[in-house]
Amino acid sequence: MEIPQIPKDKFKLLNNAGNKEQEKIGTPALTYMQDVRRRLFKNKVAVVCLTLLTIIVFISVFAPIIAPYNPNAQHATLSNLPPKLGNLNIPGFNGYQNMGGKMVDAYAQVHAPKGTYYLLGTDYLGRDLLSRIIYGTRLSLIVAVLATLVDLLIGIPYGIVSGWKGGMTDNVMQRIVEIVSSVPNLIVVILMMIILKPGLISIVLAIAITDWVTMARLIRAQTFQLKEQEYVLAARTLGESSTKIATKHLIPNLSSTIIIQTMFTIPNAIFFEAFLSFIGIGIPAPNASLGTLLSDGQKAFRFLPYQMWAPAIILSIIMIATNLLGDGLRDAFDPQSSD
Amino acid sequence: MAKYILKRILYLFLTLFIIATITFFLMKMLPGTPFSNQNRLSPDQLAIVKAQYGLDQPIFIQYIRYIGGLFQGNLGTSFQFNNEPVTQLIGQRLAPSMQIGAQAMILGTILGILLGAVAAIRKNSWVDTLATFVSILGISIPSFVLAVLLQFYLAYKWHIYPVALWDNFQSSVLPTIALAALPLGNVARFMRTEMVDVLSSDYIELAKSKGNSEWQVVIKHALRNSLIPIVTIIGPMAVSTMTGSMVVENIFSIPGIGEQFVKSITTNDYPTIMGLTIFYSFLLILVFLVVDILYVLIDPRIRLGNGGND
Amino acid sequence: MDKILEVKDLHVNFATYNGTVQAIRGVNFDLAAGETLAIVGESGSGKSITVRSILQLLAKNADINKGTILYHGEDLLKKSKKEMDAIRGNKISMIFQDPMTSLDPTMTIGKQVAEPLLIHNKVSKKEALGRAEEVLRLVGIPNPKERMNDYPHQFSGGQRQRIVIAIAIVDYPEILIADEPTTALDVTVQAQIIDLLKELQQKIGTAIIFITHDLGVVAGIADRVAVMYAGKFVEYGSVDEVFYNPQHPYTWGLLDSMPTLDTSEDDHLNSIPGTPPNLLNPPKGDAFAPRNEYAMQIDLEKQPPFFKVSKTHYAATWLLHPDAPKVTPPKGIQKRFEKFKKLGDK
Ligand SMILES: Nc1ncnc2c1ncn2[C@@H]1O[C@H](COP(=O)(O)OP(=O)(O)OP(=O)(O)O)[C@@H](O)[C@H]1O
Ligand SMILES: [Mg+2]
Repeated sequence: MEIPQIPKDKFKLLNNAGNKEQEKIGTPALTYMQDVRRRLFKNKVAVVCLTLLTIIVFISVFAPIIAPYNPNAQHATLSNLPPKLGNLNIPGFNGYQNMGGKMVDAYAQVHAPKGTYYLLGTDYLGRDLLSRIIYGTRLSLIVAVLATLVDLLIGIPYGIVSGWKGGMTDNVMQRIVEIVSSVPNLIVVILMMIILKPGLISIVLAIAITDWVTMARLIRAQTFQLKEQEYVLAARTLGESSTKIATKHLIPNLSSTIIIQTMFTIPNAIFFEAFLSFIGIGIPAPNASLGTLLSDGQKAFRFLPYQMWAPAIILSIIMIATNLLGDGLRDAFDPQSSD
Repeated sequence: MAKYILKRILYLFLTLFIIATITFFLMKMLPGTPFSNQNRLSPDQLAIVKAQYGLDQPIFIQYIRYIGGLFQGNLGTSFQFNNEPVTQLIGQRLAPSMQIGAQAMILGTILGILLGAVAAIRKNSWVDTLATFVSILGISIPSFVLAVLLQFYLAYKWHIYPVALWDNFQSSVLPTIALAALPLGNVARFMRTEMVDVLSSDYIELAKSKGNSEWQVVIKHALRNSLIPIVTIIGPMAVSTMTGSMVVENIFSIPGIGEQFVKSITTNDYPTIMGLTIFYSFLLILVFLVVDILYVLIDPRIRLGNGGND
Repeated sequence: MDKILEVKDLHVNFATYNGTVQAIRGVNFDLAAGETLAIVGESGSGKSITVRSILQLLAKNADINKGTILYHGEDLLKKSKKEMDAIRGNKISMIFQDPMTSLDPTMTIGKQVAEPLLIHNKVSKKEALGRAEEVLRLVGIPNPKERMNDYPHQFSGGQRQRIVIAIAIVDYPEILIADEPTTALDVTVQAQIIDLLKELQQKIGTAIIFITHDLGVVAGIADRVAVMYAGKFVEYGSVDEVFYNPQHPYTWGLLDSMPTLDTSEDDHLNSIPGTPPNLLNPPKGDAFAPRNEYAMQIDLEKQPPFFKVSKTHYAATWLLHPDAPKVTPPKGIQKRFEKFKKLGDK
């Protein structure tokens, strides 16, 4: 083997002894939350879903400003009009309707005042479908958010207490959870709906009364682990109060579980509201929710399919977007779970 | 094992007893009598009817009677439907519900397993994306929306299937599809996660290092290991299928117990609601029990009494 | 001696979100029939990737972008999937690090041990199971006949590793790759497993590539040792040469951090300061230079070639260049040199 020719001065020892700087080099440390956000925003699907949901929530919040008509205002003469998008002549959105094989201008037939446009048409009572969908979405979201809140308000403290106290308390609390979760939740929801007066509050309670169990279970399991963590032990030995430990040390560390679980509670609540309203024991008339709109739409579906399509699409979009966003959040909080 | 099953059966009855008790008192809390809104009866007639249903007795006696009846398999009599016993009602209507429920669960599970497995094997490819999309649709679109759409397009417009009729297998196709979407989505997602996990495990590496081809590895090792946990979602699947069947039966006019349940809710037929509630609970708790036993039987790691402590 | 395996200029890259990880950057070695080669090095140095390349059991994002792996003169990297399947578990087999997770939890161990036979040979199930039972006895599973139908969780960690070994040797492979087969086991079991491997090697004459980051177990089993750092071999030679006449400062560091029988109280163990380089963009010069107490200017500029120490012993360090200054290695290493002299005198 030939020995490479190297200038002699290159062979001076650098005196690397005790050279420790190397250890400091590394990628700049991101905080956990920054990391989560970065991963979430890198996920295109999650970002699209987040955007969609933001738009839907925005429209719901500002429904009174955005909705073109009063959602409950009836116009007997203007019932069941097809969608019309201004004077644009787009098939399906030009106010024409198939009547006995002929396309006729439904708006002209009922002598609708000039300049009357219903973007998504009207229902059997002549109410503007678009406004009803906007308000209906709003109501469904309110149900979902309230149910989720109640769910959190019961589930989190229950889980924390059960996990933190352990022993006998935990035992009793877990038996209760077991019994509650062994009853099919639909049955509980339906029984609650029969007993309570139909309405927003009843639906929220009925949904929350079954849903908190999952949350409580997850929180308890995590609290059990956190309890043994050093910083929590330290706080305990330092004599910090239980409430302070719970809010300062436990809740922040439980936040990922809570956020992810919430993203699965919301579509569940939206589904139950729609379900109950669909079978006629949910939101009472004349208020619109996605469920009542679907129920009304179904009755007219054969002849006026758009009355069902519109709420069905909105409902599906909300469900899909929350489910996908839930997935995205889970991957962002726990990168190993994806790949 | 026998001891475990016995304990579980005991729990089943305990839970049922609690459910029955709660249902009973909840129903009694309801204001008014079920007769006040439909038949205008004179006070005399009302008293006779009440006596006939035993409603004139103190509530506690009624309760004892009801529970006693339950033990003899008597779920009470309907206020409607010519005072038919609820058990008889269920008996007549169980078969169609069971048929579409079972068909939907089997169809959904099989398709879901295939979809999930393919997605996991071809992870991050377009197949995976497609499978994810299909399963999200299955999970997100409520069965009753799907049912209405299917009914409109496949039955009403294109006449491929009957619109609302219950006689042969043909008429069960659409309700089955509507109900199968959710289990399909859930199973596919679950299966994909399980299978991705299994495929990245050490024993799969070892199986490859033995000289198994890619497909042999999947068939001999990966499938079975990812299929076992699928058993655990059969219980929740039964719950959601039952939920769905209530409206789907309604939409397709299927004479099943789901349709009956909704009908009794809208007509305040309390004995039927109570009876069906208890029956549904029984059915579902039984499914959970069977599933748990099944799981113990097919997973060698948790064979009881074997000291499996993995 | 005839070489059954020759790895030449192996390069392996991984495509990751952050860029290309150059995990293996030019590895050369060979293996003679029946010998044992140990590969040692810190975690992440590329030991597993090197040997997994031989069987092409790499992650999907891996790319063997350069090099040849000659098995009896034929390049394994050019073989089809099917041809590779025929080699795995038959000619070349592998033992993995963690016996607790290496066995299929839902298949009886009898079937798992018999599987390679059924894949590679035209034998009946019964014959294969019979063979499996024999091999289980050979690796020291008591009552193999009864235990054939048991599942992995019914065995202890040490027993499971014996079963994994049984799977690996059931088809009498020519080469057995053991990737840290004892790391996950406790010390007494480690020794038993090493003894078992030695015994089996004698009985069936397989060559072994033994990977470890524990130099302590090497002396007992290996004929030759290769020291790996940051995706390259830095020194290789016979066990005596590498242990008692080490030339590379990294080898010095490794040996110095290893407790030996004659480590006395006042000899403190030194660990090598610093961490291995980021292989996303490996340094231009010697990858070890930043951690090297004896680094020279040239180390930062140019990667050292292998310098010949003896016919069987090579080391890649500029310190072996004739123009390099003489350095005094750590005390522990000097003691080793003395021992090596004695060995040579004998
Ligand atoms: N799939 C992968 N993607 C990206 N980088 C990888 C991948 N697999 C391995 N690497 C990188 O390749 C390098 C070598 O890994 P390897 O597993 O060979 O290390 P090792 O020497 O076996 O370490 P250990 O002693 O911990 O097993 C490591 O730096 C690792 O980060
Ligand atoms: Mg390794």
